[in-house]
Amino acid sequence: MSDHSHGIGGLTFDRSKRAWPNEINVLGALVLIIVIFEALGAYLMGQSFLFDSNERFDSIFNEARLRIIILQVSIIGIIAIGVTQVIITGGIDLSSGSVVGATAMIAMSFAQVAEVNGYPNPKAIFGPGLMDLPVLVPIVVGLICGVIAGAINGMLIAYTRIPPFIATLGMMVTARGVAKWWSKGNPVSFPTDSYAGIGSGMMPVVWFVALAVLFHLILKYTVYGKHTYAIGSNEDGARMAGINVARHKVLVYVIAAMLASFAAIILSSKNLTAQAGMGLVYELDAIAMAVIGGVSLSGGRGSILGTVLGALIFGVIISGFTFLRLDAYYQEMVKGVIIVAAVVLDQWRQRRAASKS
Amino acid sequence: MSNDIILETRDLTKHYGGVHALEGANFTLRKGEHVAIMGDNGAGKSTFVRQITGVEQRTRGEIIFDGQPAQFAGPLDAREAGIETVFQTLALADDLDVPDNLFLGREKTKWDWLGPFRLLDYKAMRDATMAGLEKTAVKIPNLNNPIRNMSGGQRQCVAIARTATFHSKLTIMDEPTAALGVQETAQVENIIRTLKEAGEPLILISHNMRQVFDLVDRIIVFRRGRICANLRKEDTDGQDVVAYITGAKTQPEYAEAE
Ligand SMILES: Nc1ncnc2c1ncn2[C@@H]1O[C@H](COP(=O)(O)OP(=O)(O)O)[C@@H](O)[C@H]1O
Ligand SMILES: [Mg+2]
Repeated sequence: MSDHSHGIGGLTFDRSKRAWPNEINVLGALVLIIVIFEALGAYLMGQSFLFDSNERFDSIFNEARLRIIILQVSIIGIIAIGVTQVIITGGIDLSSGSVVGATAMIAMSFAQVAEVNGYPNPKAIFGPGLMDLPVLVPIVVGLICGVIAGAINGMLIAYTRIPPFIATLGMMVTARGVAKWWSKGNPVSFPTDSYAGIGSGMMPVVWFVALAVLFHLILKYTVYGKHTYAIGSNEDGARMAGINVARHKVLVYVIAAMLASFAAIILSSKNLTAQAGMGLVYELDAIAMAVIGGVSLSGGRGSILGTVLGALIFGVIISGFTFLRLDAYYQEMVKGVIIVAAVVLDQWRQRRAASKS
Repeated sequence: MSNDIILETRDLTKHYGGVHALEGANFTLRKGEHVAIMGDNGAGKSTFVRQITGVEQRTRGEIIFDGQPAQFAGPLDAREAGIETVFQTLALADDLDVPDNLFLGREKTKWDWLGPFRLLDYKAMRDATMAGLEKTAVKIPNLNNPIRNMSGGQRQCVAIARTATFHSKLTIMDEPTAALGVQETAQVENIIRTLKEAGEPLILISHNMRQVFDLVDRIIVFRRGRICANLRKEDTDGQDVVAYITGAKTQPEYAEAE
C-alpha cells in the first residue's frame, strides 16, 4: 500500500505515481553512447575515448578531449537554450545561424582597435572615432541586433499568423544577406583586448553553464516559464486563461535571438574575427541538441537541463567520430541522421503518450 | 429590483459571416439562481457562452453583469469581473500539473517587480489547490504530475475545481459531464450542489434531462440560434422540454421571431 492520504479532502499522494523525468532517459542515452565509443575505441584503436590511456599521472580523464567536446558544444549550446524555449511554445527558429553571422559582423565592427602593431587597422570598418571603444558598446550593439531580429520574427508569427517555419526562414535569408552586405564580404578583425577576453580560453563554457542555469531556473520558477509551457501545451487554452499569447511569443523569440547574438559575440571574440559565413547551419545543430534532449517539436515539453544533456550527446558523437578517425564527410552525414532520428523518437514518444491516455 | 439580477443580456447576437449562430437572445439570471440551457447540437449554446465570457466579440446587443454594462475585451476581463467558466473544450494545459492549471493566467507570485520574470509562489498555489480540490472530493494520485496522464473525469474535476477555488459571482459550465462516467458525473453534480448551497449562481449547459431536473431552477431552450422557451422547473417535464428542443412547440412570447 503506497497510498498515503494528505488528510485533506479526497487527495491522495502516491510517490510511486510520480512521473519519471525524461532527463534521466537522456542521461542514460549519454552514458550508453560513451560506453559504445569506449568499446569501439578499445576494439578498433586500442585506446580509451574519454579516459586517460596515456599513463599520465595527473588525471583519470582525457582532459584534452573533454575540453574539446565541451568547448565545441558551448557556443551552439547557448543558441540551443533559446531555441529550446521557442520549441516549447510550439514554434521553431531557423534564423539563429544567420543572426549569429549578422551580429558577429556588426558587433565586431564596434570592437576594433585603431592600430595594429603601430599601423592603422587594415580591416577597419569605421573611422577612428568609433574605434577603441569600451567593450560595453559592441556587446550592447550586438544584443540590439538580436532584439531587432527576434522582434521581427515574433511579431510576424504572433500578429500576422505566418507559420514560424516560414517567418524565421525569411529571417534566415535576410540576416545572412545583412552579414554579407555589412562589409561587402570582407572579414572584420582585430578586436580590442577586452572584447577578445569575452570568449577566450574556456570562457564560452563558463557563459554556457551560467546561461543554462539562469534559464533553467527561469523556465521552472517564473511566470514567463509557466506561460511558455502553457502556450505550447494548449495555445487556445492559454488564451482563454487570459495569457497574452501574442506578446509572450514576441518575448520568447526576442530572447532566443538575443541568445544567438550573444553566442555571436562569444564566437567572434574567440576567433578574433567575424566573417559573413559565421554560424552557418548552427540553427539545425541547436534544434538537434534540443530534440535529442527531449524537447518535443509539438511543444509543451522539454527543459534546459535536457537540452544541455542533448548538447553533450551531440558533442560526444561528433568527437567520437573524430576519435575513430572517420572523415568529416561522414560526420556531416551522421549529423543529419541524428537529427532525423531524434525527431522520429519524439514522434514515437508522443504516439505512445497519446495511446496511454 | 435590478440589484437582484446578476446577468442580463438584451438582443445578444453573433454572426459568423453568414452563419447566424446566435440571434437576439434576451436572458436574465437572478442571484443564487441555477439555470440550465438545453438545445440540439449547433443550437448556439456555446456561442452564447463565448459572447458573455469575452472569448469572442458580439455582433450586437447588450450584456449587463452585476448592474454594470459589460464589454469584456477577453476571458481574463470576464474572470476578473467574477465570471468563472468551464468551457466545452477543456482549456487545460496537458503538460502542466494540477496547481499550474488551476492558477494559469492568475498565478500567485512573489517579487512582482521582476515583471514577466516574477517568481511563482508554488507553495501558496499548492495549498489553495488542496483547499479547492477538497470541495470536489476527487482522488488525484499526485498533484505534481502533468494532467495528461489523468482520466477524463479527473481532468474535468480539475477544470471545475478551477472555478470552485475562486469565489465567483457567476459560474458557467458548458456540457461539463458530456464525456464522463456515472461516478464522475455524480462528483461533478455534487460540486454543483455545493455552489447552490453557497448561493453562487450558475448557468449549466447540458443534454442530460435527469441531471437538469435534479439540479436547476429554470430551463432555457435554444433552437437554431434563438431562445424558444423559458420554463420554470415546476411547470414543465422532460417530454415538454423535448418538444421545445425539437421544434414541436415554441412559447408564444418567442414565436414572432421565428
Ligand atoms: N467560429 C465559428 N465560425 C463559424 N461558425 C461557427 C463558429 N462557431 C460556431 N459556429 C456555428 O454556430 C452554430 C452554433 O454553434 P454552437 O454555439 O457551438 O452550438 P452548441 O454549443 O449549441 O452545440 C453552429 O452552426 C456552428 O457550426
Ligand atoms: Mg456546445
